Amino acid sequence: MSAPRDPTIEEFYKYCSEKKLMGVRCVRCKHIMVPPRSICNNCRSSRVEWTQLGSKGKLTTYTVVHMAPPQFKHMTPYAVGIVEMAEGVKLPSIIRVARLELLKIGMELEADFSTNPQESAWPQWPRYFFKETA
Amino acid sequence: MVRRERFHLAAKPLASIVSVGLSKFGRREGVYARELFAEAALESFHRLEDFDPGKQIRAAFIGQMSESYERQSHTAPMAANWAGLLPVAATRVEDACASSGAALRCGIMAIKSGLYDIVLVGGMEKMTNLPTPEVTGILATASDFPFEQWNGMTFPGVFALMATSHMHEYGTTEEQMAMVAVKNHKHGALNPKAHMQKEITLDEAIKSRVVSWPLKIYDCSLITDGASVAILAKPKLAKKLSKNYVHIIGTGQAQDTFLMHERESLTTVKAAKLASQEAYKMADLRPKDVNVAEVHDCFTIAEIIAYEDLGFCRPGLGGKFIESGAPALDGSLPINTSGGLKSKGHPVGATGTAQIAELYLQLTGQADRRQVKDAEIGLAHNLGGSGATAVVHILRSG
Repeated sequence: MSAPRDPTIEEFYKYCSEKKLMGVRCVRCKHIMVPPRSICNNCRSSRVEWTQLGSKGKLTTYTVVHMAPPQFKHMTPYAVGIVEMAEGVKLPSIIRVARLELLKIGMELEADFSTNPQESAWPQWPRYFFKETA
Repeated sequence: MVRRERFHLAAKPLASIVSVGLSKFGRREGVYARELFAEAALESFHRLEDFDPGKQIRAAFIGQMSESYERQSHTAPMAANWAGLLPVAATRVEDACASSGAALRCGIMAIKSGLYDIVLVGGMEKMTNLPTPEVTGILATASDFPFEQWNGMTFPGVFALMATSHMHEYGTTEEQMAMVAVKNHKHGALNPKAHMQKEITLDEAIKSRVVSWPLKIYDCSLITDGASVAILAKPKLAKKLSKNYVHIIGTGQAQDTFLMHERESLTTVKAAKLASQEAYKMADLRPKDVNVAEVHDCFTIAEIIAYEDLGFCRPGLGGKFIESGAPALDGSLPINTSGGLKSKGHPVGATGTAQIAELYLQLTGQADRRQVKDAEIGLAHNLGGSGATAVVHILRSG
């Protein structure tokens, strides 16, 4: 047994490099949080533990960014949205779809990871994103 | 309930505003933020007679969002110095776009505590010296870095997420959002301090370039240079200092989750609801009592949501409210008579007290061509970031 990992943002992204999408769950009230943190937002308990999330989610809202800061300019236009996971927790994400016109609230998505350093020159950590379900 | 304990303050003035000042808003080439601040401060001093700012103003709270625009931090003593206020106790207040709304609250608390009799509050931002993509990047720093910015979110982007939600849930249309822009430009055309004193058509707004769908250029507030100032005094002193004074009778502030995806709903700004409820209770007033309001229209959808959060219409009916004409200058509840952030401009740190400056002019009958007849109660609604901060103030004519 290795030592438990701290509930930090850096550890979240280290998990992403292992292709794992993780949240922390409050031991007391079972509330799941992404980003991870050490104090439960719901019941203030400081007993939290990592929990692995599934890969399936639904798009709850989105936008298509046409004007972006310099670091993201090469990707425009690109979609960003909020995804609700089967576990109920939500997270923000880039949404990759074959055609932007196909974006729809309620559409099924699945998580994937980009760990190619060239793809993520900025930001430098490995990243999760969501794409259409196959 | 913590909020109930404040009932004893009902309707009593917390502090009074005896003067305001506003720099010209716009693309102010060759001028530093501190110089804009001095311009606003000077106007506020000139409104008063027999007033010695350096002697009588003992504390200053100054809102500014970012040191990145001018590579300058420690800006409160700098601004106070340029305004001729030394050795005033000057402190910078930062809550993103709600910085000077929050600075005003600090000023109210300073007066209400009895520590000071007269304080200056204000804000400033110099933004146009950098290229737009860089400004977009600096503005985005008010949202979360490792999860939101890293996922390519921009400021228009986060409000676009709210717009998409509002359209999906309530059927709000891009046309209704454009109507907010048309209205605010119409108002701004009457304001000599406004950045864009130009009316626009609905067609122009709808057909303008997409920034972050569904938001287009004309749904976005302007990148502007500007500064604003208000001089607060103990209510007892107000009459002695100026014949034109207004009372602050309600103040509220609330925060919500820093990251948007953790909010209960994206069709409302919960912090604004809570802040306004706190302010209404303190003022012992209801939404229908408000005669004129300045709301935080950083994006047109934000104004539509503000109508609902402030209780001017029911949830989901913000689109219908703008369609009805109610928030126009000749409507039943004129909103953003200054032109709002949309047309007057949004020098981020200056916005909160610039809203207060407009309400002061309205409630003292000095708003000229923008004057709302017999306005007695004014409300200011100032958001920080995507709504993680909201500050609401209620003012009453003196």
